[in-house]
Amino acid sequence: MLTPEEQREIEQEAASYPERRAASIDALRIVQRRRGWVSDEALADVAELLGMSPAELESVATFYNLIFRKPVGRHVILICDSVSCWIMGYTKVRDHLKARLGINFGETTSDGRFTLLPIVCLGACDRAPVMMVDEDTHLDLTPARIDAILERYE
Amino acid sequence: MLYNEPSPLEVKVLTRRFGLPNSQSLDTYLASDGYKAFRKAVEMGPEKVLEELKVSNLRGRGGAGFPTGMKWGFVPRNSPKPKYVVVNADEGEPGTCKDRLLMENDPHQLLEGMLIAGFVVDAHVGYIYVRGEYRYVIEILDRAIAEAYERGYLGKNILGTGFDFDVYTHTGAGSYECGEESALLESLEGKRGVPRIRPPFPAVAGLYQCPTVLNNVESFSAVPAIIRDGGAAFAALGTPKNGGTRLFCISGHVNKPGVYELPMGFNLLRMINEVAGGVRGGKKLKAVIPGGSSCPVLKAEECDISMDFDSLAKAKSMLGSGGVIVMDEDTCMVKAALRIMRFYQHESCGWCIPCREGTLWLRKLLARVHEGGGTQSDVPLIGELAKNMLGRTFCPLGDAAAMPTIAFVEKFREEFEAHLNGAPCPFESKPVSA
Ligand SMILES: Cc1cc2nc3c(=O)[nH]c(=O)nc-3n(C[C@H](O)[C@H](O)[C@H](O)COP(=O)(O)O)c2cc1C
Ligand code: FES
Repeated sequence: MLTPEEQREIEQEAASYPERRAASIDALRIVQRRRGWVSDEALADVAELLGMSPAELESVATFYNLIFRKPVGRHVILICDSVSCWIMGYTKVRDHLKARLGINFGETTSDGRFTLLPIVCLGACDRAPVMMVDEDTHLDLTPARIDAILERYE
Repeated sequence: MLYNEPSPLEVKVLTRRFGLPNSQSLDTYLASDGYKAFRKAVEMGPEKVLEELKVSNLRGRGGAGFPTGMKWGFVPRNSPKPKYVVVNADEGEPGTCKDRLLMENDPHQLLEGMLIAGFVVDAHVGYIYVRGEYRYVIEILDRAIAEAYERGYLGKNILGTGFDFDVYTHTGAGSYECGEESALLESLEGKRGVPRIRPPFPAVAGLYQCPTVLNNVESFSAVPAIIRDGGAAFAALGTPKNGGTRLFCISGHVNKPGVYELPMGFNLLRMINEVAGGVRGGKKLKAVIPGGSSCPVLKAEECDISMDFDSLAKAKSMLGSGGVIVMDEDTCMVKAALRIMRFYQHESCGWCIPCREGTLWLRKLLARVHEGGGTQSDVPLIGELAKNMLGRTFCPLGDAAAMPTIAFVEKFREEFEAHLNGAPCPFESKPVSA
């Protein structure tokens, strides 16, 4: 069941468009912001609210990198692996993150704190290497800076 | 986010308010000529505005460089359908990081550009499609939009002109393909981001099959200055057929990476050496990708070139989206090609087979060669496979993947060959590689 709060926010987004389904991405993100990910049940509820079939909404949900259809940790780390970041030391930064968290891409730490995922160019190439943690962008990464950044996410 | 230290060689037109206190606010915008261009446009009328745009030689900053004035002119005047203005703020091409700054530092300049577009084509609704990763940018835009409504710069009867215009932000959720204009429109309608067959182009059948003006953030942001100071003044900043300035995003092995606004036609070597402080650590320049990762690489000796659409086309590359990626002598070109292919393969929407399969096989081949498992015949095979994709995919993403690959193999063939038959990557011990 969608909470009244979720329903209200989704309705507000739907009002900006001539067709309700245009709010599909917004709606998935509204749900995900609160629950961390989009379950089958939540997907069906959102589809009903927007007047779409669950299959239609599923085709949207699975298309985008930032919609999670599986549970994730409390914080999601997205590290850019595109060309400018690679040139500026992505490999070192990635290896450091994996070692420090003890996980591979697609995995979540055993305490449920972090999920690690690769992502494509984040549009901050002049400040490479770059990663996002949840909705924050972190620039000019080095192993030492990463350690300090991770401390901030409980 | 901070904006890099400006260079004295910059010509600040679109970035003139960057660094001003509260550059995002309506008051700062108004104090520096803000919304004057819209008033002037209303006095001039749509035809004259279109004429100024054509004179300005503004060409689309999203990648293809299509003349903006001409594009707006394609929108049918007497269509009974509603019309739309759509901003492409999906900024996805690796190496490109300028639209973020334009929206973050001067959101009203973009809104004024949209307003003028709406007035010219008689559209009353505009959407800004912002990539999902720029959440805080959407917040900045939403604040600017709210301020504009409060003070009568958006909404009904704007500034007493009788013109109505509404603007909404729309968030993406992580997809490079949604930067392609027809996929963007699908995504904006709430569907999977798969491209449409073109023609018809968005100017005729865009959002909800209605006539739509669709441009890049930087293209819209250039419009207020063009109308305010005249198309001829803007044109004069650049080279023939390449009007104005451009925000060049310089990344990679330079001392001062950053986004710099320079006249069209600025020399690439000067850009690297004088604007961006030269190659880091006294290393030698090896290669430059001049306009975002889909643009064919230039060897160091090809870099004495004027950075405009036509000169780069002549050199068989592209000015693209303005992402200048600089690579020093320690950079492995096979690995660079592989990194780039991994991106396109991951972001291929999967709709058409030449792109979906082609990018996959190219990625596998490039990985095999880089790991030392390649044989002599693999090198020409990479080139052939890529050439077979050119022009055969549903949207230009396939070309964007094939073009850089062809250039890497042709220009750095020896380097590919040095990786064959079990040889370790010659750059393995270098800081960039692995
Ligand atoms: C795969 C692909 C991705 C694209 N990504 C972007 C993008 O992120 N931003 C953008 O403005 N244009 C992008 N484009 C170009 C758009 O299709 C379109 O040409 C452009 O937004 C038109 O605006 P302009 O005339 O102002 O350049 C992309 C094109 C392709 C084929
Ligand atoms: S390549 Fe990493 S932010 Fe652009």
